[in-house]
Parts: sequence; C-alpha cells; structure tokens
Amino acid sequence: MPPILWRRVIILLLGLAPFAWISYATVTQQLGADPAKTIVLFTGEWTIYSLFFTLSVSPLVRFLKWRWLMPHRRMLGLFALFYALCHLFSYLVFILGLDMSRFFSELAKRPYITAGAPAILILIALGVTSTQGMMRRLGKNWQRLHKLVYLALFLGWIHVLWQVRSSYFDAVLYGVITAALLGIRAYWRWQQLQKRRAKAAMMNKSHT
Amino acid sequence: QKIAGAAADTSEVNDKLTPYKHVTTYNNFYEFGYNKDDPAKHSDTLKPHPWKVEVAGEAGKTGSFNLEDILSKVELQERVYRLRCVEAWSMVIPWVGFELGSLLKQFNPTSRAKYVAFTTLKDTEQMPAQGSAFGTIDWPYVEGLTMAEAMHPLTLLAVGLYGKALPNQNGAPLRLVVPWKYGFKSIKSIVKIEFTEEQPPTSWNISAPREYGFYANVNPKVDHPRWSQATERRLPSGLFSPNIIDTQMFNGYDEVASLYKGLDLRKNF
Repeated sequence: MPPILWRRVIILLLGLAPFAWISYATVTQQLGADPAKTIVLFTGEWTIYSLFFTLSVSPLVRFLKWRWLMPHRRMLGLFALFYALCHLFSYLVFILGLDMSRFFSELAKRPYITAGAPAILILIALGVTSTQGMMRRLGKNWQRLHKLVYLALFLGWIHVLWQVRSSYFDAVLYGVITAALLGIRAYWRWQQLQKRRAKAAMMNKSHT
Repeated sequence: QKIAGAAADTSEVNDKLTPYKHVTTYNNFYEFGYNKDDPAKHSDTLKPHPWKVEVAGEAGKTGSFNLEDILSKVELQERVYRLRCVEAWSMVIPWVGFELGSLLKQFNPTSRAKYVAFTTLKDTEQMPAQGSAFGTIDWPYVEGLTMAEAMHPLTLLAVGLYGKALPNQNGAPLRLVVPWKYGFKSIKSIVKIEFTEEQPPTSWNISAPREYGFYANVNPKVDHPRWSQATERRLPSGLFSPNIIDTQMFNGYDEVASLYKGLDLRKNF
C-alpha cells in the first residue's frame, strides 16, 4: 500500500477514535448524571479541535515543509463537519428531545446558539462542496467559498466565549489558537498585497 | 460515616430521589475545579475535621466555635429538598441538618442585624483551584440572606446527605441549603457567619451583576440573560427521554412568597 493510503487510514482511525470512545462510554453508562450534556460538550470540543487541525495544515506545510499533509486536509475538514453534526444532533435529541419549537426559541433567545448555528451551516456547505467534481465546477469560487472556514472557526470561538460561567480557561486557550491560526492568514495576505504593490511599482517605473 | 439520631423526613417532596452516586459526583464546587466531576475527584485535600466557625457582627454572642459544640446544641433531622441549579438542572436530595434559625437565635442577634453573611474557607492548600488564574470568582466565596430568609424554617444548615456525613465535594462539614433559591446561594464549607446591617456582597453578583442578583429566587419567568429558566432537566436525565420539567416559582416552595411581598422580583432577581 502506498504511504498516502496508510496515512489516510491512520487519520481516519484517529479521527473516529473520540467518536468510538464517547459511544463506548455512553453504552457502558460511564457518563454520570447528565450524559446528554457530556456528549454535547464532547462533540462540540472535537468540532473545534478538528477545525484547529484542519487550519494547521497550511502553516505546517509552509513552515515545516510537511507537504505530505496537504492531501489529508479534506478529511480533517470533514471530521470537523462530522463532529459538528454529532454536536447538533445530540443537542436536538438528547437535550431538547426533538422539540423543534423549543429549538427555534432557543436559537433566537440564546446568543451562543445563534452564533453557533451559522458556523454549522458553513461547515455543511463546505462539506457538500468538498468533492473533486465540485472543486472543478466551482473553479475560482471554490477557494472563495472555502475561506468561510475562517468565519466558522471564529463563530465557534464566540460560541464558547459566550458560555463562560466559572472559568475562562477554555475560552482563552481556544482564543489564542484561533488568533494564531487566523492571524497567520492575515499576515500572509498582507505580505501578498505588499508584493503585488511592489511589483506594480516596478512595472510603473519601467514604463516611464 | 453514618449520622445517628436524625429525625424522620418532615418535608412533603414526593419527587424521586436523585441517586447518591449522582449527588456526589455531579457538583459545582469551583474551589476544586471547573468540571462537574472535579470536586469528587479533587476534594480529598479538604480537611473538615476539626472545623471552626466564626460568628461575628451584630449579635450578643460572637466568637469562634468548634463545630462539635455547635452541633451539640441543635437537633438534626432529615429533609428531602429539590435543588434547582441556575444552570437549569435539578436534583432531589435527602439532606441531614438543622434549621439555620434555631442556631442563629443562640447568638442573640441585635435589632441592627438585617442580613446574615456567610463565607467559605479560603485556603489554596485545601482548595487548590482557588489558585487558578482563569476563574471568574474572587475567593473566598461569599453569600448572604436577609434575616427573614435566614430565619425561615425551610432554611437548613446541612451536615449530611443520604444519612451520611457530607462528602467533601458537597460542602463538608457544614453548608447552607436554601431550597427556593438557585443552588449557588447554598454556600459550602462555611467558616464564618456574620450578622450585618447592610446587604452583604455575594460572589456571583460580584462576578456578573447582570446575571446573578442578591435574591436569586428560583423564578421561571425571569430568564438568565444567556438561557431560559422556564424549564429544568431533572437529573439523572436519560438519553432518549430527556427529563425536562417545568420550573416552578420558588422551586415549588410557595410558603416563602410572603417574604417578598411588595418586592419586584423582576428587578430583584
């Protein structure tokens, strides 16, 4: 088997491990008095972790030259979608008991849910358009669309920050990582603009 | 250890008891960590024996008292109370304790005593998470009641639950239980009781005044700014049949309504 397939299998298994663990703990009733909340929290955390992994790929490729990582970015992103859907469904089924009228009132009333919902919609849109075919069909717009992942991560962080009650630890930790991952993109963008400007200046000079 | 001589349950709660296992492993006691299972895991450091309680302020008799001496002068009884957390979950717990009022009377509060202020132990050796840099609470944890609330026969000082001494994670060796208020009013591991003329500061109110008031009466009509208080999840909650029930005014303890006559409970939340 070529190394890329090996790596694909390993990442797939690692990505499924948290899901396997929480399923096992649920079935064996190890989740304590409030299993619903534990599951919702756990799947939410793994959504954010998966987004961290996905957005770490570009910096790792650029700084450490880990080019082998690039082909696996899609799967990491799909795990973010997978855990986000688990998060949403466990909230709907285990917390709300599928009472959809309550879901909509919560969506309107609780700002952290209002912030989290568009993040999940973004991840769904990105997941649906993650195929080769879609990439081809969307052309340049594919890149533009998939930049929304930055917004999804930012909203995910707001979703966490808005729920802080007793400790800022998670919110601060996630905030620092989010800021680093988004900040490096902003820096690259700025660099690109500088280069383009320098190039334009050169061109102007050669014309006069 | 087993507590002997607690009188039979006198309350009328018919709700199903929350199992001991859950009452003692699902706790908010941030002095030992910020996850629900942290207090059960990390509260061995607390040394509840021997224990002293300081009584101070507007009272004829003040000073530092050994807990055993305090307990020798009160009558222990079992009371089954609903506990409604401000986070919208609830439990039903058989406490062992005594009426706070019966103790307070022994200190002869003066006419200037309008409030009772409580303080939890502050000791980073015994309560390691008090050293955390990310917490939102200034230690020690403080709480308070009006004199009328403190003297109400429902207000309990608990020393046990399920017929056993309070486990550390539930606020050993002495904690308050005020069943018609959100759980955070029921301060744990009390080291000081002070009679005051002015309304005492309370920890959650200091931390987030928009979200937590001094009274903190259970009230389904006044939402927390970030979530609804209209319903609660009674624990333990099953996965496929979430145990969602309507929250009752004063957590169902209507007899306290007279304490708040003329008070706008929307403003005084």
